[in-house]
Amino acid sequence: MVRREGGVQFRTMRIPIETFRLQNGLFVSLSEDHTAPIVAVNLWYHVGSANEPPGRTGFAHLFEHMLFQGSADVQANEHFELVQRAGGTLNGSTWLERTNYFETLPSNQLELALWLEANRMGALLPAMTQQKLDTQRDVVKNERRWSMDNQPYGSWLEKLPALCFPPEHPFHHSLMGSMEDLTAARLDDVGQFFATFYTPDNAVLSIAGDFDPNEARRLVERHFGPIPRGGRKPALPDMSLPPVFGQWKREVVPDDVMLPRLFLAFRSPAFGTDGYYPASVCGAILGLRNGSRLKRRLVREREVAADTTAFTFDLAKGSDLLVVDVTARPGVPAEQLEQEVAFEIDALVRDGVSDAEVERALALIQTMFVSSMQEAGERADKLSLFATYFGDPNRLNEEVDRYRAVTTEKVNDFIRERLGENNRASLVYVAREDAPGELVGSDASAEAR
Amino acid sequence: MTAAPTVSRSPRPVPGAPREYSFPRFERRVLANDMRLVVAHVPKLPLATVVVLLDAGAICDAEGAEGTAQLTAKMLLEGTESLDGAELAEAFERLGASIESNADWDAAAITMTTLVEHLPGAFDLLRDVLLQPAFRVREIERLKAERLAELLQMRAEPRGLADELFAKLLYAPSSRYARLEGGDEASVERIDRQAIVDFYRSRYVAGGTTVVVAGDVTTDRAEALVNQAFGKWEGRPAERVSGDTRPARTDRAVHLVVKPDAPQSELRIGQVGIPRNHPGFFPVNVMNALLGGLFNSRINLNLREAHAYTYGAFSGFEWRRQAGPFMIHTAVKSDITDAAAREILYEVDRIRSESVAPDELSLATSYLTGVFPIRFETTTAIAAALSVLMLHGLPEDYYDRYRDNVALITTEKVLSAAQRYLDPSAFQMLVVGDPNIVRAPLEAMQFGPIILYDAQGKEI
Repeated sequence: MVRREGGVQFRTMRIPIETFRLQNGLFVSLSEDHTAPIVAVNLWYHVGSANEPPGRTGFAHLFEHMLFQGSADVQANEHFELVQRAGGTLNGSTWLERTNYFETLPSNQLELALWLEANRMGALLPAMTQQKLDTQRDVVKNERRWSMDNQPYGSWLEKLPALCFPPEHPFHHSLMGSMEDLTAARLDDVGQFFATFYTPDNAVLSIAGDFDPNEARRLVERHFGPIPRGGRKPALPDMSLPPVFGQWKREVVPDDVMLPRLFLAFRSPAFGTDGYYPASVCGAILGLRNGSRLKRRLVREREVAADTTAFTFDLAKGSDLLVVDVTARPGVPAEQLEQEVAFEIDALVRDGVSDAEVERALALIQTMFVSSMQEAGERADKLSLFATYFGDPNRLNEEVDRYRAVTTEKVNDFIRERLGENNRASLVYVAREDAPGELVGSDASAEAR
Repeated sequence: MTAAPTVSRSPRPVPGAPREYSFPRFERRVLANDMRLVVAHVPKLPLATVVVLLDAGAICDAEGAEGTAQLTAKMLLEGTESLDGAELAEAFERLGASIESNADWDAAAITMTTLVEHLPGAFDLLRDVLLQPAFRVREIERLKAERLAELLQMRAEPRGLADELFAKLLYAPSSRYARLEGGDEASVERIDRQAIVDFYRSRYVAGGTTVVVAGDVTTDRAEALVNQAFGKWEGRPAERVSGDTRPARTDRAVHLVVKPDAPQSELRIGQVGIPRNHPGFFPVNVMNALLGGLFNSRINLNLREAHAYTYGAFSGFEWRRQAGPFMIHTAVKSDITDAAAREILYEVDRIRSESVAPDELSLATSYLTGVFPIRFETTTAIAAALSVLMLHGLPEDYYDRYRDNVALITTEKVLSAAQRYLDPSAFQMLVVGDPNIVRAPLEAMQFGPIILYDAQGKEI
């Protein structure tokens, strides 16, 4: 590869990582960095929307809201208040495969974050009431309206997985949940979900920043040690799927939008597998920043798109999705947009990518990675990610090498295997008034062109 | 609910003493051609962020040609005399450099982050970007079309539409602030290559331009890089343009932007605020944190946690060189739009009529002082903070004294800031929503006359 002799040198950046496991199964990663008096605490529970039982879509996320409603020794909203009073930032987020909770604080406040997280892991239920559930249910319904229902294209995050995963697959259903299922959620569900999934053996804890490792270990043992191990958590069904969709899936969504927009998805190798890295580089070649292929071709040269990007969902179980996201220029109809994008993907399958494109993508990925490691919160989050999915936070230090191992040939192999007509799913947004009757609605039947 | 298993729980911890922190040391230098250089040597990781700050913000746009400042700034990355736009983007990105260029109200800024080993190559490119932009007509026309796409998208996106229209309608029609920062369809259409070249020639000059460098770079090395790239650049500072910040009206009004069948109303309430470099900055900042700046602020706890009207409700001052908008913003279910507005006004009245409790005050002051180091973890954040310092002419020790200044705020100062800088009798309210549901209840509130608009912001 030309790249090795070229300007791009992957600088070795090793992040110190120590790990241990408590008796109750809680896995802990520590990463010291004393450049500023800041510490980040990050807890991942290995439960997400994929674990929701039928009729309870959106529950994992609603439950995340309930975790800010207090615990045995913490009043409702006091979690926020205590952390902010301490000069910290905090939040939580829910994804298909995991739910995370995190705080970044002045380093002398490390114990506060550990105490708060342990208090709700160990003793959430005494604080749960019907009224709190009703309030948070309405807050979440408003979140749904805000982020999806009253937002142009907002439903894509619900519609794209639904189009790409078969109905019985745990990634198929909505992360935000349907209004009906949110309405149906009961206080008993909160108790059951907590007992099943919010246990130390189903969680990983990461601490990054300015702390003494012996002291941190002592504090973790003190606060999390007494929490009992969980029972058996119901196993997810087999998540594996064939490497390709086997057809060109397609759905047209009439929406309150001014410009057509296409989400074109490809089934791709699961996050963190050897096959993931060429897929990730392919995504960067296609859609990362202004020098990317689709920006150049569709925005700059053909002038048919107003904007383009590409990304992976980073799903670690079974398979992942690589998504190309293209918004039309005014005056360009959806059909033309689809054809132009398909033309570019076909050209990619036919001709492959160049060494220069791979070099550009890798150089950007490297700078982004180093940049992200400046933040304690980001370090802790990545430690949790690799600990949750692979039981190995040291994978963080291998990321650069794994990307470095991606060659032009590997990207082109990925493209040939996964970007063909038998592995495409088009989610097309069109303005309501422009939606021709026969196109409207879901058409998941074979439509390979 | 059944009792939870009892776990022996530990008592609330008491924090130890905080470790000292100071904002990164920085050095200022003035170069021979009157460029200003500010460098913070932060050697944590082999990275650097460079910001080139030019007195070429949207405030400088000529009347009828709004959008020129943003188009000019964006055109810098659309090609130089030797590289076309695609080649230029690729040249930066093969160095792993992320770069963007845009203009806000007060300044144009090029912001670049790269590994330090690539700085010489990146500065070579940056020199051509600033000194030899090609301004090719084809790229100008493409960016104009992209701005039109952005405007179309904005009209269909209730959140962005509410923000933009509200910020605009606060100001008297003669004010530059009463028109969109990036221009509208008519003004953008009028901008041609000559207009961009003229704007560039008059405002992109060495004199008064600031380069901020934050990262693993010493001041001497940064100065050498900047001198090599820009040493031959010339030009005296262009005249500073001041905005007109008179409000559009002195009585209250409800501005209802019609979005039929909207499942939520985007609600904005506020007025013209104060300039960034203003003696009231610290008390106002603390007051706002308590009113609607923090998650546990009065407005959010009331609207979200007590009433479940919304996913979130917040307030804030938009800081500009001249007085920017003060805006309370939320999105609520359509049928309780009036109730939500009433609760917001109640909280504004409350913070203006009685002192906050010392314990409540300390929520804001301890947050703002404690979170200070967390705001500056990255080279990008440090460079942005130094850009703010330079842009607004804040004192050299501004960041060193920041936490002391916050700690000096008393409950009396919060009360007087609320009374002095919030004037509900002059508040404007904007709703993007379904008039069939929201209009009658808003009329019944008697907040002020109701004025209807279409998504273009035209009265109907």
